Amino acid sequence: MSSQESRAAAELRFDRVTKHYAGRETAALSELSLEIPAGTFCVLVGPSGGGKTTALKMVNRLIPFDSGDITIDGRSVRDLPLVALRRGIGYVIQQVGLFPHMTIGENVATVPRLLGWPKRRIRERTAELLELVGLEAADARRYPAQLSGGQRQRVGLARALAADPPLLLMDEPFGALDPITRTRLQDELRRLHHEVRKTVIFVTHDVDEAIKMGDRIAILREGGVLAQYDTPDAILAHPADEFVAQFIGEDRALRRLALRTLGDVELDPVDGSTDVPRAPRSTTLRNAVSLMVGAGSDRIVALDDGGTPVGTLRLSRIEELL
Amino acid sequence: MSLASGPVIPNFGKGSACVRGDHTFCWDWVRDHWNDTLSPALVQHIELTVIAVGIGFALAFALALLAHSYRLLEQPFGIVSALLYTIPSIALFQLLVPFTGITWTTVEIALVAYTLVILYPNITAGLRSTSPEVLEAARGMGLTRQQVLWRVELPLAVPAIIAGLRIAVVSTISIGTIAAFLLPKGLGYPIFVALGNPTPFKTEIYSAGALAIGLALVCDALLVLLRRLLVPWARLRFA
Repeated sequence: MSSQESRAAAELRFDRVTKHYAGRETAALSELSLEIPAGTFCVLVGPSGGGKTTALKMVNRLIPFDSGDITIDGRSVRDLPLVALRRGIGYVIQQVGLFPHMTIGENVATVPRLLGWPKRRIRERTAELLELVGLEAADARRYPAQLSGGQRQRVGLARALAADPPLLLMDEPFGALDPITRTRLQDELRRLHHEVRKTVIFVTHDVDEAIKMGDRIAILREGGVLAQYDTPDAILAHPADEFVAQFIGEDRALRRLALRTLGDVELDPVDGSTDVPRAPRSTTLRNAVSLMVGAGSDRIVALDDGGTPVGTLRLSRIEELL
Repeated sequence: MSLASGPVIPNFGKGSACVRGDHTFCWDWVRDHWNDTLSPALVQHIELTVIAVGIGFALAFALALLAHSYRLLEQPFGIVSALLYTIPSIALFQLLVPFTGITWTTVEIALVAYTLVILYPNITAGLRSTSPEVLEAARGMGLTRQQVLWRVELPLAVPAIIAGLRIAVVSTISIGTIAAFLLPKGLGYPIFVALGNPTPFKTEIYSAGALAIGLALVCDALLVLLRRLLVPWARLRFA
């Protein structure tokens, strides 16, 4: 087990992976090639029929592929024993799929128990994980039916992380949650990923979620063709083709601005003008523009955590930042 | 037995006025005949039921697991069990006599057949009741087929299995009284004897009948209790 713990994250590679479902004319996946460096949060996004869930489920071999190969740290998933492969990969699905007859603690302990960890270690790990995903220690004794949808998905995440897998597969994990809970869980997953630095493959059909969550985004189109694979910023700045441009939306300039904050850009010195909107450094450029436009001002003053002005950003400079 | 009857005037032995007059219910008769009639009949009836349900459950469970693993078997098994259930119990007893004689075995075979056809569909339905997302999560986490069956599908089938057991036990206790047509055993026998009198002796019919009903209710209550113990997760809801 200790060898598994030392592997913090795995490198994942799709090499010309192709899949045809019987009786369907178009391919589910057409020669998909992706290199996902260790520790990357990679989002697969696209319209339905794009094969993103198919691609995800090929990694833990819930779905077989016809040709090509998928490797984890250089080893083909086909060469690994099926059960060992799956126990080494965290798996989270939209409907969570918690075991209704097991307590939260038992659910989280599923894979450690399969791996034969000692009881004491399982107990400690379970407590640690519940805290990590924002649940209370007392929740360990409750049953899934006693939890809200958001709490259940937290448990689903804890269960997937239990044996400290180097790779996490997430299939539209927040798709069934209300917008407020979804936003909160997205933020926490980002924070969590910053802490644990696993390699994550995250499937969604929601562009906003993809841009918010991904270090890298793979956009798949009908027939399982990879349309573009790049960082959110690069995709928003230079969509590869008309399909991508349409998919990410006409407001892509504004979406790009949302990726950076006032603290991320070079600011001009504070010039002492008074009737100018002010905002903390953590404000996104998109919101900064909104504040300027709303106040009819051509500049905004950024404040540090103590509320002291640290610089000014002019509306005219936004364009060069894009 | 003290219940031998004369041709015209029933002779209920040296019983009380209540018994001689065949009043609605005579407690003194129950007291006097608890040890020689009612108690042995009750014990026999419990034996009859436990053996029938025990064997029936073991068979149904094995067949259901088989059908669950080999889906091709599911339909033929289902058809056979449904056909078996349509045979009236007295007819089934008679059908078996040429093979197994007028024996305890004949009675048990018939009763086992009924518990089997009640339990089999309940167990298969229970095994099928696990939701697809739970199965997918289980497979995705690396549970083997056997682990999915024993750790996930079976525990989740427990409510359906116990529901089946409740019906099987209660109907076995009830159908078991008909066994007295064949053998002088079980709670059906005192009723059978009492009905054999020119004027059926009411107290004996009522007391044996009440014991059968009581036995069914007690067994049912025990199964409900068992369910509460085994299925703590089903009673709880998010509040």
